Amino acid sequence: MGRPGLAVDLHDVMIRFGDFTAVKSMNLQVAETEFVAVVGPTGCGKSTILNTVTGLLKPAAGDVRIFGKSLTGLNGQSGYMLQQEGLLPWKTAQDNVGLGLVFQGRSVAKAREQARPWLAKVGLKGFEERYLHQLSGGQRKRVAMAQTLIMEPKIVLMDEPFSALDVHTRRLMHRILLDLWQADRRSLIFITHDLDEAITLADRVVVMSAGPASRMVADVRITLPRPRDVSALQTTDEFVALYREIWSLLGAEVEKSYVTQG
Amino acid sequence: MSRRGRVALTQFAILLGMILIWELGVWAGLIDPFFFPAPSTLVVRIGEWMSTADFWGDIGITLLETVLSFLAGIGIGTALGIWLGLSPFAAEVVQPFIKMFNAIPRILLGPIFVIWFGLGLTSKVALGVTLVLFVAFFNTFQGVREVNPVVLANARLLRASKSSLLRHVYLPSATTWILSSLRVSVGMAVMGAVVAEYLGSSAGLGHLIAQAEGVLDATGVFAGIIVLSAFVVVLDAIVDCAEKRLLVWRPAPAHES
Repeated sequence: MGRPGLAVDLHDVMIRFGDFTAVKSMNLQVAETEFVAVVGPTGCGKSTILNTVTGLLKPAAGDVRIFGKSLTGLNGQSGYMLQQEGLLPWKTAQDNVGLGLVFQGRSVAKAREQARPWLAKVGLKGFEERYLHQLSGGQRKRVAMAQTLIMEPKIVLMDEPFSALDVHTRRLMHRILLDLWQADRRSLIFITHDLDEAITLADRVVVMSAGPASRMVADVRITLPRPRDVSALQTTDEFVALYREIWSLLGAEVEKSYVTQG
Repeated sequence: MSRRGRVALTQFAILLGMILIWELGVWAGLIDPFFFPAPSTLVVRIGEWMSTADFWGDIGITLLETVLSFLAGIGIGTALGIWLGLSPFAAEVVQPFIKMFNAIPRILLGPIFVIWFGLGLTSKVALGVTLVLFVAFFNTFQGVREVNPVVLANARLLRASKSSLLRHVYLPSATTWILSSLRVSVGMAVMGAVVAEYLGSSAGLGHLIAQAEGVLDATGVFAGIIVLSAFVVVLDAIVDCAEKRLLVWRPAPAHES
């Protein structure tokens, strides 16, 4: 009974690893073209949710629907950008971006042709022939982003993609990501532990409880107008008010996670 | 003068000094030329060899054997390494046998190969292959096993098929390992060829050395060894070139700028 217009619909999803319950009961609805950020303390099973949406993990109970259809096997409509770097060091930037196309059976020349405009979109024009070691951390992230987005997935999943970057580079990445998303809206689930980042980017921020057996504790709509100015946004009153509201919920969970971790 | 220039100059000085001491020692009667022939006589001997067609034929034969055993060894070793690297069950089953076979001093298989394959090319290549194969196998195996799991996961998320994974992820990853062992492999291939020739053959550098030894001609043995080292140095340089070309994507070592 999937609601229409929902790209992702997790209904009472429970994820277990043997006797360990990672996620107890997760209800997450993501509309088409909606940008949802999921925040929560470390070890709350945020990544587990993405793995469930991709189809890598099967829920022990509950229902996973993608565009109204129950998910069986791997999700063919999702693109997943991992937290750690998964690029191939023996391929150039453009060949890394076009990798998914080559896997689909496209010729290398064709894939390159398609990859080049994508490199330009993430601000890496002129870096086509560079190898990974010739790129900075932020540039590699942009290659990875282009690699995921070139496949034009209807649902984009990002697992703390910018957590390893310094503050300035991260802000640059936010701007690029928002620009790309604004130009071509897709459903996006963005996992992060950084509340600033979540509020800056998302339409909705979902707060998860401390693990194990975590669940959703809040679902806050971010009313900040779009398009957003990444650098000026964080000092606005609205932003601060939202931050306070969500932190009052998230902070308690973070405290709890410290207790359980000892 | 640049550091590089100074290094080269010092190396040249050491080499020249050693040759000079040797030469003067022979002239002064301190070194018995029967056991240690003077460098000048070695140069003369190599010069004599180089003017004969037989010598170049010997080099050609040894080169052919080396290249064949190198290619076959790398091919078989790589295929085996990929297969076992991707199949943990097969790897576990085969491992003790491989260890056992690897523990045999391969040189001792030379006589067996001569009995099996005769005095011709095949017995030389067979010995070279058994030497090269294991180097290539162990490195490929390691390369396939140690593929970065994140890279692998990412490729799978981009829906790579099994053959795509092999072609774009496993093989390039193993290639770095294979290439890093290439120099060892070339040395092994030369060793296999020359030792097999030495044990019994009618042509090749090993045969040349064996003949000289047969008549207690130290000059011939030394000259053969020098030619052989020059031979390996040239092959080494070719390998160096191939390595540089195939590993362009690797960051340059920190000390080279």
